[in-house]
Amino acid sequence: MNFDSLSILTIWTAVAIYAAAFIAYAFDLAKRSQVAADAKAVVPERELVGAAVGASASSAGRATGSGAAGKTSSAPQRFVMARIGTALATLGFLFHLAGTVLRGVAAGRVPWSNMYEFSMTGTLLIIAVYIGVNIWFDLKYLGTFIVGLVVVLLGGAATGFYVEVVPLADPLKSVWLVIHVFVASLGTAFFALAFALSVFQLMQARREAKVLAEAPKAGPRFLATLPSSERLEGLAYRFATVGFIFWTFTLIAGSIWANDAWGRYWGFDTKETWTFIIWVLYAGYIHARATRGWRGSRSAWLSIVGFAAVLFNFTIVNLFFKGLHVYSGLS
Amino acid sequence: MSNSRSDTEAPDAPEGLQGPEASETVKDPMREGSKKREGSKKQAGVDRSTDPLRPSDHIDGDGDARGDGVDSPKLNVVGWLRWGWRQLTSMRTALVLLLILAIAAIPGSIFPQRMADPNGVTQWKADHPDLFPILDGMQLFDVYLSAWFSAIYLLLFLSLVGCVIPRIKHHLKALRSRPPRTPVRLGRLDDHREATRTVAGSDPRAAAEQSIAIAEKQLRALRYRVQRYDDKRGFSVSAERGYARETGNLLFHLALLGVLVSVGVGGSFAYTGQRVVVQGTSFVNTLLDYSSMNRGRFVSDDALAPYRMTLDSFDVTYQPFEPGKSSSGQAGDFAANVTVSEPGQKEHKAAVQVNHPLGIAGDRVYLLGNGYAPTITVHNAKGDVVFHDSVPFLPQNNSTMMSIGIVKVADGLPEQLGLQGFFYPTSAKLATGALTSVYPDLINPTLTLNVFAGDLGIDDGTPRSVYVLDTGSMTQLTGGKTGTKSIELAPGETTALPNGMGTITFDNEAPKDAKDYSQSVKRYVSLQIHHDPSEQWVLIFAVVALLGLVLALFVPRRRMWVKATVVDGAVHLEYAGLARGEDPTLAAAVEDLRDGHGRLLDADGATVAVPEADTAPETDRDAGKVPDTAAVPETATPTNQSPMTADASTRSATDSGK
Ligand code: HEM
Repeated sequence: MNFDSLSILTIWTAVAIYAAAFIAYAFDLAKRSQVAADAKAVVPERELVGAAVGASASSAGRATGSGAAGKTSSAPQRFVMARIGTALATLGFLFHLAGTVLRGVAAGRVPWSNMYEFSMTGTLLIIAVYIGVNIWFDLKYLGTFIVGLVVVLLGGAATGFYVEVVPLADPLKSVWLVIHVFVASLGTAFFALAFALSVFQLMQARREAKVLAEAPKAGPRFLATLPSSERLEGLAYRFATVGFIFWTFTLIAGSIWANDAWGRYWGFDTKETWTFIIWVLYAGYIHARATRGWRGSRSAWLSIVGFAAVLFNFTIVNLFFKGLHVYSGLS
Repeated sequence: MSNSRSDTEAPDAPEGLQGPEASETVKDPMREGSKKREGSKKQAGVDRSTDPLRPSDHIDGDGDARGDGVDSPKLNVVGWLRWGWRQLTSMRTALVLLLILAIAAIPGSIFPQRMADPNGVTQWKADHPDLFPILDGMQLFDVYLSAWFSAIYLLLFLSLVGCVIPRIKHHLKALRSRPPRTPVRLGRLDDHREATRTVAGSDPRAAAEQSIAIAEKQLRALRYRVQRYDDKRGFSVSAERGYARETGNLLFHLALLGVLVSVGVGGSFAYTGQRVVVQGTSFVNTLLDYSSMNRGRFVSDDALAPYRMTLDSFDVTYQPFEPGKSSSGQAGDFAANVTVSEPGQKEHKAAVQVNHPLGIAGDRVYLLGNGYAPTITVHNAKGDVVFHDSVPFLPQNNSTMMSIGIVKVADGLPEQLGLQGFFYPTSAKLATGALTSVYPDLINPTLTLNVFAGDLGIDDGTPRSVYVLDTGSMTQLTGGKTGTKSIELAPGETTALPNGMGTITFDNEAPKDAKDYSQSVKRYVSLQIHHDPSEQWVLIFAVVALLGLVLALFVPRRRMWVKATVVDGAVHLEYAGLARGEDPTLAAAVEDLRDGHGRLLDADGATVAVPEADTAPETDRDAGKVPDTAAVPETATPTNQSPMTADASTRSATDSGK
């Protein structure tokens, strides 16, 4: 058994563990719904109060959470399933890391130079950033989202994008392969977190509006245990800005590389164009956050569109658009 | 804690309960009526003089109607112009233009672009002859040079200039101004802490003053700009930091402008030329010697540095032949080994490699492609050489290097001759009998030629590509449907041309003692010579933009105040912070400030901390004035145990402000 087949085995193990983590996180969301429902049953009228505080806090700039559950249940909620999910995700990450390193060893170079490898390293970074960020902020409620995304991308890549180790094409033999592609993946990881937060932000904002309007049903109950939409927005913004800085660097590093490899630093090659489009979209998102009438849900949509463009750039553009970046390794 | 007060605001407390501050001359921020309720999200009425200037529809903007589109302009030219300018320089316009720019860039990735892929455009035209003129009319094949794309980014940058210039002026002033006066009631701010200390000595006023002096030093050490505001009722220091946030933002936007201008201006001084060089031949950097050349408006005819470059050899390695393996025959490690001679300098050897362009006299020389240039000699019936050259053949397939080339023999034969050549570096026969190449290296090279006789169409001066044979007025003599087999040669072989016209030889270029074909055919490289003095400027501005961005996004701009008053013979200290822009760590910073200050005061020894519980009455007193704040006794309760967050573990961690 060579390094590459060992790598494949560990990667599939990681996918399986991530799938288990996904299930744990899904149970966690269900459990959160239950917590929220119990809380509502105990003191139904508090929901309104809680939401009202949450909503008003949003105009104060710094919200503290809108959950009714947070205020009504007396014992602190530990969300055990979320912890199990995170433990599994961490375990999966270790296998994933091992699989990626093994692939690098098998290839004798950095494991990010064709689509199979980009997917492997990119999703590894998504998980790494997710786990890392959880040290500072409790974002376990994003677990289903992030781990689910990784299961799909990594499993899909291992199935559909696998290519055997081949020597690098000449244009790829550059330090910029190491830097440019790695930082792009890192940026993508932060954008992914921002995306997940923006989705929850939109859901939470809807819920807050419904609660305020005393609607009988206010959407998924687990939302009650999540931070307010305003706080989710603040977090999404911070991750998006970090991602944006990495992306800006990616753009510059890519231009330097293109200038060495292709004889011009910018040529609106399809991949360059999409990298630029993504950059502009996130610049728009950052602006929207500072523009009256755009802060809140509207800006969240831009974060979502931005990440959709990131995924589009990675999949559709790589596979179907003609251009100089023909490094998918697939024919 | 950060829950809002301004929104659940009760009516102002009765005068009597407002304490001594009621007589304060400075306007009480909380007494401005309803405006503060939604107003800008931060505390209305706090001095904004050193705030960065923002378009009025910025979230922290002044929020008057201007720029919001609801006001109608004065109905005169100046009024309209002013209104238009304000619209153009508003946040919303910038945002919408950014989004339009993103969308407008998309078609360029869908349709082939002339600048990046001219052959793609030709192909597209052939595939969609009806649609092509319409889309071409819409400049969809030149998106990034199109009028509409240019209009969008020029408007955006006009907006940027209009937005940034007033902000620079304002920021330069703010950089020189002092932090603003301490607000009267710090307790109204979101992030507010308190502490009380008993006085060791006999002069509480002196102790209060001393504590502020210490706070001033502390803040200065934390790189705040500080200003003391003392009056008869107490002492305070006002501090502000994070001016670099706005500096970074302005640098970022200006640097973007710099990038655009560098690119725009740079193009006029840039030139890019292409040239094919066959092994053993030279290239001289003059306009005449280029096969194609694009040059900017300001590149004069003699702008090119005169140097000469000779291709000595070309290196390439191929992955071994392994049918079924995708790397089989993959080429790499290309290197064009050249000898460079520049006027006044000794000749020197150098290599042009992928990713490693060769710098000569301010130009950069790139290796774009390579191929085989079979050497062909044609003799006429009398035995005179009428053609002898190494002809670059265009590779049709990188993994087999099957290549196509054209030989044109204009003189010396009864008729002009056009030869359509196919070159197979490692030839093999297909089941159909047709030739194919199975490997890119020279293992079993074969050259086949279809012969055409007639008029090459080059005598009338019409420029013809050397890679295209116009067979319109020629007759095919071999190959295809002629019934005569096309000419097929291995290196070193000679055969007769049809109709007794003469002979043709595929020369073997290998040294006499060579044992195989590996050197039998010359190689050529296609080089790109590029000169663009603006490159470095683009890079500098891009890096400045990146650095500016980091400052603009990560440096917190905030104000801090520490205020000391004497209450019942003890020193009552208040700490408050106010974010200017995004600042998620403000609460922690205020907390740290208080704790640090407490430690410094402990070390100083003039006052002694009162255990926190004892300060509760202070808070109550405050709360009595403003009923809605009673919910959160800030100083008495550690942040994460406040009733608002105690229960949800998700939030106790997230809201601690880290
Ligand atoms: C070339 C197009 C532009 C791009 C790519 C761009 C990008 C950005 C980015 C990335 C930021 C975030 C950095 C920061 O917060 O300091 C930002 C902030 C900002 N931009 Fe632009 N911008 C552009 C044009 C403009 C224009 C035309 C205006 C004026 C109307 C403008 C006004 C601002 C303002 C006021 C901020 C600060 C936002 C805040 O307070 O958070 N920008 N811009």
